[in-house]
Parts: sequence; structure tokens; C-alpha cells
Amino acid sequence: MNGKILVYIDQFKGEALPVSWEALGAAGMLGAPAGGSVSVLVLGAESRRVAEQAFQFGIQQAYYCDDATLDDYRPDPYAAVVTAAARAGAYDVLLFPTTVRGREQAALSAVELGGGVMPDVTALEVSDGRLVATRPVYAGKLLAEVVCDAAPVVITTRVRAFKKPSADPALKGEPVRVEAAVPEGDIRIKVTGYRQAEAGVSLTDANVVVAGGRGVANNPALSPPAGLDEKAAEIWRGEQGFKLIDELAAVLGAAVGASRAAVDAGYIPYEHQVGQTGKIVSPDLYIALGISGAIQHQAGMRSSKVIVAINKDPDAPIFKLARFGVVGDIYQIVPPLTEEFRKRLEK
Amino acid sequence: MNIAVCVKQVPDSAAKVVAEDDRVSWGDAPLVLNPWDEYAVEAALQLQEAAGGEVTAVSVGGESAKEALKTALAMGCTQAILVSDPALAAADSQAIAHVLCAAIQKIGGVEAACFGRQAIDGDMGVTGAQTAHLLGWLMLGLVSKIEFKDGKLQVERSFEEGIQIAECPLPAALSVSKDIGEPRYPSFMGIRKAARAEIPTWDLAALGIEAPASVVRWPRISNPPVREIKTEMIEGGSPQEIAEKLVERILEEKVL
Repeated sequence: MNGKILVYIDQFKGEALPVSWEALGAAGMLGAPAGGSVSVLVLGAESRRVAEQAFQFGIQQAYYCDDATLDDYRPDPYAAVVTAAARAGAYDVLLFPTTVRGREQAALSAVELGGGVMPDVTALEVSDGRLVATRPVYAGKLLAEVVCDAAPVVITTRVRAFKKPSADPALKGEPVRVEAAVPEGDIRIKVTGYRQAEAGVSLTDANVVVAGGRGVANNPALSPPAGLDEKAAEIWRGEQGFKLIDELAAVLGAAVGASRAAVDAGYIPYEHQVGQTGKIVSPDLYIALGISGAIQHQAGMRSSKVIVAINKDPDAPIFKLARFGVVGDIYQIVPPLTEEFRKRLEK
Repeated sequence: MNIAVCVKQVPDSAAKVVAEDDRVSWGDAPLVLNPWDEYAVEAALQLQEAAGGEVTAVSVGGESAKEALKTALAMGCTQAILVSDPALAAADSQAIAHVLCAAIQKIGGVEAACFGRQAIDGDMGVTGAQTAHLLGWLMLGLVSKIEFKDGKLQVERSFEEGIQIAECPLPAALSVSKDIGEPRYPSFMGIRKAARAEIPTWDLAALGIEAPASVVRWPRISNPPVREIKTEMIEGGSPQEIAEKLVERILEEKVL
């Protein structure tokens, strides 16, 4: 490999998604030893600002395109700019963050450029001049070493798998504007509206996750308001249980997660689901409350650094993963736990 | 409007998968329709209800993949096609995309192709976009809601920061998220129909293509390093005492 690397920085309204800088960290690891260079590409409204920020991480060049056709993310006009930039720079590695846009653009550019794509990698190394990527497969139950026999090698980096490079604010540079490649009249997708996601800490980026399972609905001290049928009453109980989780999460600055059982029971929306068919998280601290720990849930959180489990079933499989376990009812233990954290963290 | 739904057969999500001699083994766990693809089938059937036409389930795989196709038929797909060829044994996502592209063209009259967000074995999540690109179609990834109105698709797409609402003409490919709605259960009639169905198998010659190049290889699959976890159970005379001890121990780990 020639060590020429292009990193796609995924951004929204002038803010880079954090995993974008982690992709830059992965690139720095690969480019420097090979005597290569690292450039970034940022697309969309306010991309110039993000391109300027990128220089503090010690990159060689930043390209951006803030053409109006890129104000809303649409795959084709974005891919046209990405592939044109990739061709112009003859990069042998394209790195994308594992985000919705990043994965999609990686897929499109690999097929357009005749390279190969290795999404969601957690480790990269150069062995005998060849890039070897490690990817979790089967929801992390196994690890695969993956190699690509064609250039460019297109990679997306998993959230929290690589370190964000250290920033030096003294490093500055002038970003280069590249042209959009598809005129508005030729773009068939029209964006007609937008809905902001609910506020709160992003689950995949979080340092701390507090997650609840089916067990959050078991508080016998609560009685649902009159007039609810059985299903509605259970959902009400579940929602009350998640209030406990929300309070602890707020004190810890944590994101709120949930097991599939809690999501399927209607206690909390799907976007909070952790597991094989939900989100994969890898926080420093994962607190599992009333979660038994089915294998599909473990797949989504087992790489967390410290796992704490509170469950009234001493045989719950979650305890096998836990650094600390408490056998007990969460509605008795979580309120004093939240208070204690509040006191200790204020100091 | 005819619709294709591209599905894969995978080991059940509860399977205990392990690596043996650099390859994957799932013991005697059942092979099932990829759970994410159930949502793709659901989306295809929703589209069919709105726009009419036939829904064809397509899978690339071995003879056993017919079982996954039968699940799709039982859910309500009109027909199913298996693409199987020894030359595809080590196919990467791009090669599979070439094959799906050729299959969709051979089915004829297909104007929408539905995909699951990813397969739970390889966890790649790129085949839909790559197939769309090869077909020259629009790609709509991670669709959480779909409607068909005045000959156009109206979709909601999930991104990290929120939901984008967009519309586009056909043809288009889409991958769907769980928010599209619970996949319908196979009906009694559907199960009977699936049991009797003759699923045609197409090889590469039938598709009129050579084996597409595969450039991504998986030389080694291993079990993740075993984590030595010493679980410490926290006990105490009262919830308050347990809470205090637990907070103390968590703070000592320096993760906050």
C-alpha cells in the first residue's frame, strides 16, 4: 500500500459525528508508518467549518463541498463527490465512520471504484504490506480477519473502537473546496421534511449506559390507574420502571438502553434496544437493571468495560458477564443507588 | 409494480456459534430466515398492498436456503427463487450484489427491491446499496416507514440525528429498519402454499453471467478472547447499604 488515505468525516449541521474523528485516529495509525498521507473529505452544509477543525489532528489536506445540492443527505449526489475525490487522489484506503451515511457511502464507493468493502472494523494492522482488518461477526460472538485483494480498500470503523487523535489547536490549514458532481435537476430523491431525534445521550457514543429489561415492570407497590386494560396496565408499569432508569441515567450522564423484551412489551421505543437486532454498545460502564441477559442481548453489550447487573434471579445469565452483581429487586435498590451516586459525584 | 425482496438464510440468533479451524460452526442450531429480512418481507408486502403486483423472494445460497424462502412464501410472497451455483461459494458482498442485480433483471418488471438492514451472520449491511448501484437505482437505506402515492415512494429514513422524510420515483431499492412494523406471521393458507411450492433454482448460466469477482476474503475466523471476569456479588442488610457499597466499588473502577 502507498499509504494515501482519505477519511470521510460524517457531519450534521457543522458538527462532526464523534466516530468520524475516531476514523481519523485509525487512519493516522496506518498512514504514518507507510510514509503516506491522510486527507479528509467533508460534505454538506457548514462542511467548511468541520474541514477547518480537522487540521488540528495533523492531517495533510481537507476537502469539502458545501454545494446546496448536498444540504440534505442523499446517497447519489454524495457518492458522486466521494468517488470523484477518491479517483482524483488515487487513495489506496478510504475510511468511513460506521454511521448510517458512512456505511452507505462506503458500500457505494467500493462498488463504483472496484475496490472491496470491510464495514464496522474494530482493529486494523498492516502485515507484510497488506491491510488486515478485524471485524466482529455473528454480533460479536466471533471475530473475523478480513483482507481485500483490490484497491481501494474501503473500511468503516466501529464506534468507540479507535482512539480519537490528540488535537493541537496550533495546527491550521486552508480547506480546498471540491465541486458537486450532480446538478439538482438530475437528483431524483427530494427531501420533504425532517424530524429531530428525541434529546438525550446517544446510545452508541455513550461512556455509560443504564439499561432496563422486562424486570422494570415488577414493582408490586405500584397500581396502575383505573380503566386500563391488562396490556395498557403492563405498559404503564414498564414506563414507571423506566422512570427509575432515566433518573439514574441523568445522574450519571448516561444513555438509556433496553432489552428486546422491554421494547417488545412496549415499555420504551425501539431506538433504545441493545442487542443483536438493536444497537451494539461498548461503554466504559454498563448497568443492567432487571435484564436476564439473553444471548442476543449479550451480543450487544458484552464488550463493555465494566458491567454491573441487578436482578432478582440469582441464576440470570447476565451475572456471568458482570464485574459487580446484586441479587435483589431493582425498585428497592435503584432509588438509593441513584441518591448515593448523586451525593458522591457532586463532590 | 413487481417487487423483489432479497433474503438470506442464517443460523438462528440464539445459536451458540464458535470458530473451529478458522471456520464458523453453529452445531445443530436451526437455519432460519435472517431476522432483519423478515422486516424486508413485511415492507415488500406493505408495498404490494398499496401498489399491487407480485412479490418475489430471492435468495443466494445452497439448497437449504429454500427453507428460508418458504418462510417468505408463508408470510405472503407470491413466488420465490433460489440462486445457487458452486462458483459462488466464497462470494463477497459485491459479488452477491452482482448476482442479485442479474436475478432482479431476469425476474422482469421489478421496480422496487427490499433488503433487511444486515444479515446477522456477516453483519455487513452493504449488499442493498451495492445492488442498487449496479441496477442504477436509487437507494433508500434504513427506511422506517413507507408509503406509495401517485407512483412515488414516500419514506422516512433513520439517521443518527433524526428522521428524514423523502420521496422518490421508482425504480428504487430500500433497506428497512425494525420500525417498519412487526413482520406478519405466516398464515395457515400461506404455510400450506409454501409447503407445496416448487422453488426454481437458477445458476449463473441461467442468469447469463460469469462468476463475479470476489475481492474481500476472510482468511481467519476466531473466538473472541475469553474475558476473565471475576464477579463480585454485593450484599448488605438494607438496600441503602447495598447501594453505598456498590457505588464505592464502581467508583474504584474509575469508569465514571
